[in-house]
Amino acid sequence: MAQPAGLLYSKEHEWVKLDGDVATVGITDYAQAALGDIVYVELPRVGATLEQFGGIGVVESVKAVSDIFTPVGGEVTAVNDAIEADPALVNRDPFGGGWLFKVQLADVSQTDALMSPEAYDQLVSQA
Amino acid sequence: MPLPAFDTPLIFETGQDGRANRYLPDAPALDTLLPRETLRDELPLPDNSELDVVRHFTRLSQKTFGIDTAFYPLGSCTMKYNPRINDAMANIPALRDLHPFAPDAAAQGALALMWELERSLASLFGMAAFSLNPAAGAHAELTALLIAKAYFKARGETGRNVVVVPDTAHGTNPASAAMVGFKVVSLKSDAAGRVDPDDLRAVVGPDTAVCMMTNPNTLGLFEPRIHEVSDVVHEAGGLMYYDGANANALMGNTRPGDMGFDLMHLNLHKTFTIPHGGGGAGAGPVGVAAHLVRYLPVPVVRAYDAAGKDVEAAGWRDSAELTFALDFACPDAIGTMRSFWSNFAHMVRALAYTYANGAAGLTRVSQLAVLNANYIRASIRDIIDIPYDEINRHEFVASAQTLKRETGVRALDLGKALLDRGYHAPTVYFPLIVPECLMIEPTETESKETLDGFIAVFREIVATAKSDPDKVLETPVNTAVGRIDETRAARQPDLRWRPA
Repeated sequence: MAQPAGLLYSKEHEWVKLDGDVATVGITDYAQAALGDIVYVELPRVGATLEQFGGIGVVESVKAVSDIFTPVGGEVTAVNDAIEADPALVNRDPFGGGWLFKVQLADVSQTDALMSPEAYDQLVSQA
Repeated sequence: MPLPAFDTPLIFETGQDGRANRYLPDAPALDTLLPRETLRDELPLPDNSELDVVRHFTRLSQKTFGIDTAFYPLGSCTMKYNPRINDAMANIPALRDLHPFAPDAAAQGALALMWELERSLASLFGMAAFSLNPAAGAHAELTALLIAKAYFKARGETGRNVVVVPDTAHGTNPASAAMVGFKVVSLKSDAAGRVDPDDLRAVVGPDTAVCMMTNPNTLGLFEPRIHEVSDVVHEAGGLMYYDGANANALMGNTRPGDMGFDLMHLNLHKTFTIPHGGGGAGAGPVGVAAHLVRYLPVPVVRAYDAAGKDVEAAGWRDSAELTFALDFACPDAIGTMRSFWSNFAHMVRALAYTYANGAAGLTRVSQLAVLNANYIRASIRDIIDIPYDEINRHEFVASAQTLKRETGVRALDLGKALLDRGYHAPTVYFPLIVPECLMIEPTETESKETLDGFIAVFREIVATAKSDPDKVLETPVNTAVGRIDETRAARQPDLRWRPA
């Protein structure tokens, strides 16, 4: 299962897409498949300051409620309102329309702690 | 054992005006009794005959599933048989009809009973004292954490605001900690599913308030290094909390107090055989070590000898020689957690169970619970993944991960297929650290024949999953209600009945 190129990944199964110093964050296809049908997503507030790798919200599926650990820290500049009305969007399109939130990075070098597509692919193929 | 599959309309959808049996003369017109503006006529109360009402509720009871119906191996919930003698004792008129505001002098038997239960639990679990005040498990966790908070406040250690919770603990632990205002730090278990004292050492410090542990943990595994774990927390100045959800594994065999725990709770509705599972009333006594007794909730049942001297924790005494009183004047107490004296009838049931078994009997209870769980594990380990395949305690965790990869049949589908064959499903998808998991807890009250029946059915389902997975995926078909659209139920809950 190849992971989309051009993204960075965390071991908690989130992806990060960098655009300058703004990062878009979502959960990976592997994560949505493991969670099963997602019924609710609790996102941080716009303007909130997040600490890298901190628990910042939850994903509730028919199986369980799981924490979202943000792969990057900084100020939240946008959240994906579409998934409040349609949480299944995260299942259908985890790398696209199912994105979760955007962060203005406090420090771009924090992405050094994230994984390449190849490294993440290796992680999930061992699971 | 198929359950009756007939349709049962809501009671609001049946009946006709004037059909109810009327044993009493008609009341005066309501508007002669109540102001007109308080009356409303849009409340459509059902009007059914007595026979139809009896049939309605009997049919509903036939559609449900309980420990009285069949085997119920729901992990972590301890669905054991509820001996009928417990209910007989709780129904003794002198106890059942006692007014909650009866003066102490008129309630000596009830107070003696509470005191004896507190003392029995303290002895069985190695605590200095118990409070029967909390109403259930999570409520007891809240109580214990409030006690911890009061303790640190009294010591001037208000900087202790972190609760450490291993990932093998129950989900209620972090929720309770957050409710008391503590910050939660999650601790990953090691490759063997245990808490590594060295990992713990790295997260504790001057801000550590409490470490909440379940032992055996939610994988059904005993924590063999529990003394080291306790030492690490105590050296950091924190308290150890024992979540008693899994106490059915160790009664009489080992005691949380001896493992270094300062606080604990029990779920009397699990371990001490009180009917539960429908969200009904529970009972969650909290036990504490000597240094925390003064913070226990009020009222505290006090016992006095013939000379009027408080015997407190002086050990077991024949309650016939003692006089009892409820003490509300405890200046350090955290307050009252539950109205009146909590769920008193459950205390009667728990004490009846304790006395019916005695210390030796309760020890045997836990041994048989462990034996039964290991018997099932050893009988299915060749056909399903057992991620921690070793001697477990009263429950164990299997995983349908490989089965899912090979056949598409998930843990959830195995549960549905078991329901279809007359067995309650195990807990699925908990604990979260094992993918596609099934948490199986048979309890001690099942015969070998029942366990063998379950094992045979489980093996047959797994074999069917491999040969004809669709047959498993379309279950249940024999239950009162077929496969439910759980996603739609969660996304679009429709919980309110409206008149047509």
